[in-house]
Amino acid sequence: MLTLIGIAIVVIGFVLRINPLLVVTVAGLATGIASGLGPIAVVAAFGKAFITSRYVAIVWLVLPVIGLLEHAGLKERARAVVAGFRAATTSRILLAYFAVRQITAALGLTSLGGHAQMVRPLIAPMAEGAAENQYGELPDSTRHKIRANAAAVDNIALFFGEDIFIAIGSILLIKGFLDQNGIHVEPTQLAIWAIPTAICAFLIHCTRLLLLERRLRSELGGSRQP
Amino acid sequence: MNWRDRTNPRRFNNTVFWGVYAITFLAGTYLPDVANGFLVIAMVLVASIRGLGQGKQETRTREEREASAQRWGNKLFIPALAIPIITVLGTVLFKRISIGGAALVDLKQITVISLAIATVIALAIGVIMLRPPLSAPITEARRLLDAVGWAAVLPQMLAALGALFAIAGVGNVVSELAQRWIPLDSPVAVVTTYAIGMALFTMVMGNAFAAFPVMTAGIGLPLIVQKFGGDPTIMAAIGMLSGFCGTLMTPMAANFNIVPTALLELPDENAVIKVQIPTALILLAANIVLMNFLVFRR
Repeated sequence: MLTLIGIAIVVIGFVLRINPLLVVTVAGLATGIASGLGPIAVVAAFGKAFITSRYVAIVWLVLPVIGLLEHAGLKERARAVVAGFRAATTSRILLAYFAVRQITAALGLTSLGGHAQMVRPLIAPMAEGAAENQYGELPDSTRHKIRANAAAVDNIALFFGEDIFIAIGSILLIKGFLDQNGIHVEPTQLAIWAIPTAICAFLIHCTRLLLLERRLRSELGGSRQP
Repeated sequence: MNWRDRTNPRRFNNTVFWGVYAITFLAGTYLPDVANGFLVIAMVLVASIRGLGQGKQETRTREEREASAQRWGNKLFIPALAIPIITVLGTVLFKRISIGGAALVDLKQITVISLAIATVIALAIGVIMLRPPLSAPITEARRLLDAVGWAAVLPQMLAALGALFAIAGVGNVVSELAQRWIPLDSPVAVVTTYAIGMALFTMVMGNAFAAFPVMTAGIGLPLIVQKFGGDPTIMAAIGMLSGFCGTLMTPMAANFNIVPTALLELPDENAVIKVQIPTALILLAANIVLMNFLVFRR
């Protein structure tokens, strides 16, 4: 039972909005000690786990390029391009990105996208630009809402697209685990049964994106201005 | 793995934080585990007690950037789009290339290596095209990384926490509890418990991969498959996706949910989660219905 103390610390920490780094560290140390490891052994295990997951930080490698391009006006250009299309609306742009992201993920191209590479430099400015076109200058809260939606589209499309591809981590994990338990399944079968949920995800989220457009319109007022 | 993550900002705290982080990258492999553990704790203390600063100055005004955007036009998209395109090409090509039967690069690392190569190429294109001062890419990267702040390290910390949970056997304890408390005597109740359990457990662990073996061994296999004769393939596929619904709702999945709020400079660090929760809940319900219909269809 005591080993669950880490989960309790994490939940309380996030609810109280304490700095997550501190919460996670304390939760990790407490869990280790509660399970009977010595303090030094816990610190060592934590250090080892931190070092072996260094590859997670690979995403930050793209920052110099994105920073350089933003310095040269990439975001402004993305907005200007969108301004050229009358038909472009915030939700249509996000819908299009959702479809592209989900389909490419289903084909195994999960690296085509991502928050640092695509959402910050291109998708979010385009979605904001489309709203600016229609409604003029946006209040900050609306800007933030559009950006959060752009990030959410990337996540949802990725999660519910990638499982249709047979060589993705989660499919391999399922197969490996069931094999250990003496049940043998085909990866293609697993992938096929991911399709119904993928279709539901598409329908549900796209409906919500269309509702977002309607809400933007009612909040910011006015029909479409030329 | 070598980084040029050398930051020299104005404030002492930032220097210590990123300096120590750089040490874990450059020397982490050679240092003993205990030393690494203490370095990480030192970083956390610096970040949480006094906080990290962020410089105020924008490197350029909006007008300057707009003028520059006019000048370069759509060419600006070339380096930006080069990153995903080259990464994808890399992942496809590296799988084919092998020397004397051995793969050129480690198959598990293909995406990571391709992304790194793509970034270097994109940076080269950007530098040749724009001819900025040599320090510009580094200054700009620092501006962005300072905006992200401590959230940059959070995914790595959570991965470490997951590893400690695994060592301590947290998963087994949870599945024992679930089996003891929840009445599981009808197929519908079992399927519902399994799907919701996947989502909840994923929210706690921040990762559906950690939840899947625990929930499937505890509820899925003994009850859905063996007791009620459900199809293991369908159960596993939809079960995993129910876990993904949980991923959309938890700050523990920091690289999907917290890091983007920092990258997009949103004041509310839960902004992305708030957008995702309605979709996640509706989709979880859809999953439960789907699983009930599909898993017992024989």
